[in-house]
Amino acid sequence: MKPDSRDTCTFEISAPAPGTLHISLAGDLVIDTVHKVLEGVRPQIGRHLFENAVIDISGINHLDDYGVMAISEIRNMVGIDESRIDVTGTSPEHKIIFDITDFDRNTLCQITPPASPNIIVQAGASTINAYEGFVYFISFVGAIVMSVGRVVRHPRSLRYGDIVMYMKTTGVDAVPIVGLISLMLGLIIAFVSSMQLKVYGANIYVANLVAVAMVQELGPIMTAIVVAGRSGSAYAAEISTMKISEEVDALFVMGFDPNLFLVLPRLIAAVLVVPVLTMFSNIFAIAGGAIIGVTMLDVGMDTYINQSMEAIKLFELMWGLFKSSVFAVLIALTGCLRGFQAQGGAASVGNAATSAVVTAIFLIIFFDSMFAVIRIYWG
Amino acid sequence: MPQTECLRVENLVVRYTDELILDDISFSVNRGEIFIIMGGSGSGKSTLLRHMVGLEMPASGHVYIRGTNISSTDEQTFMNLLKKIGVLFQGSALIGSMTIGENVALPIIEHLKIDSRLIPQIVRMKLSMVGLACFEQHLPNEISGGMKKRAGLARAMALNPEILFLDEPSAGLDPGTAAGIDELILHINRTLGTTIVIVTHDLDSIFTVGKRAIMLDINSKKIIAQGDPRTLKDSHDNPIVRNFFMRKSVHDS
Repeated sequence: MKPDSRDTCTFEISAPAPGTLHISLAGDLVIDTVHKVLEGVRPQIGRHLFENAVIDISGINHLDDYGVMAISEIRNMVGIDESRIDVTGTSPEHKIIFDITDFDRNTLCQITPPASPNIIVQAGASTINAYEGFVYFISFVGAIVMSVGRVVRHPRSLRYGDIVMYMKTTGVDAVPIVGLISLMLGLIIAFVSSMQLKVYGANIYVANLVAVAMVQELGPIMTAIVVAGRSGSAYAAEISTMKISEEVDALFVMGFDPNLFLVLPRLIAAVLVVPVLTMFSNIFAIAGGAIIGVTMLDVGMDTYINQSMEAIKLFELMWGLFKSSVFAVLIALTGCLRGFQAQGGAASVGNAATSAVVTAIFLIIFFDSMFAVIRIYWG
Repeated sequence: MPQTECLRVENLVVRYTDELILDDISFSVNRGEIFIIMGGSGSGKSTLLRHMVGLEMPASGHVYIRGTNISSTDEQTFMNLLKKIGVLFQGSALIGSMTIGENVALPIIEHLKIDSRLIPQIVRMKLSMVGLACFEQHLPNEISGGMKKRAGLARAMALNPEILFLDEPSAGLDPGTAAGIDELILHINRTLGTTIVIVTHDLDSIFTVGKRAIMLDINSKKIIAQGDPRTLKDSHDNPIVRNFFMRKSVHDS
């Protein structure tokens, strides 16, 4: 059952006349033998200088493309002009293999020049890229605003069923993870701050610390980061897959506005549910703080809750929820934008998802610091 | 020249949960021939191919490649066996993030002890064999469907396999490009002596390249015809087989 063995190839190197090299190969010069042959031939011809060379392949039974490669490599090893190296003993079978591998046929390829290593050129290229990305982002936002205008004029063109579905996947499905993370966060803040406050006998202010930190900053930011990781990446992956499989183009030629069809339902769903998730996050964190307060700090449950309620101002709560809805817009926009920018194959889907999350988190932190500055001057 | 068998399928039965997909399939393929597996959509052609290359395990029955039973052999033998076969998938399955040249070089770098300086040269040869010289630097999404098939073929042939499995090599191609692929298949078979197993329902390529074929039936899940496709077309007594070759709609009968 085993095929004829194809694992021996012998070679003989001689110099019949001064300045002439004679290499004869015999056996099977194929995929499994070329390595040994090349390793064997290389040290023997490396040291000498020749004027002519003959490579005799008449003893070769089986030759394949790896063998052809070996022959041309041996020719390179000899190191003299190709016209002075003869390949002799070519049988019709060898000829066929030479033909299909384009042996000795100089196919000139136009090679695209590699990117210039010049740092100024590179800096220029990436500046242009960044500028084009920015222009794309602005025109994308503009297109979304146009789509919103269309929805205002024709409210029935919006796909309400999709909004409800995305509210579920973005919001309801995220409650367990947002709840768990916030509960832990509340526990940690309460535990760490109690270490400091105990010294002054100010245990009760743990409640203030947890409530104010969560409602003003951590609640909106943590929720936004979780949603960016869960849903922003999902938006990017979904839309980029649709883009590369021409589904987006199909929507366009059927007369749909892809932004209205794909982006607005996600955007609206995110803006509606992220503040609600943030509210959940605040409540779970305060519950986490209460666990520490009641079990470790001897603060009564009702005292802890009353203290928290007093610490939170309605305006701060609303400001936090407003921030979280801005974050929701950022998450949905970057997710969809990165999805639409995808081109190519499977790798671009992964890139789109990664870049959606990275961009969204950066923008969340950036906008949050802008909001902090606004509050300083607001008074 | 005595014909040696290099692939044998014995009483293969495939079942997905409760549904019978293939029933009692037996045939053998000789070294150096082009063997065609044909049948309508949903007849289990591609499933049969997936079982022949060990991607899936049959409910019962055996597949022998070069005399080795692929479902009962140890992993090392199976890995060595994989180097002796090449598969061209329906969608070409080129890795999208790598250039054509890198795709072809992938199995060569992994499985052969060859000086890395020589890899570009062998890749160039493989690509010129399929008529794609000078396309090393292109990404798969930059070339046409026919070129992708050729590139996939070059990658399947990277390690000079004894058996090439081709899943619908001409699907989704225009007639001219499809004919070009058929020519290439014949050329590879003639010059390199590679055994080729083709899954297809493209009548033109069945008649162009096939000397021996089996036909799978969607209803009985068995082989309903085998032999030279030209003879089957003219003189097979089963109307299903004749209808397949006459392109008669299945809903007519």
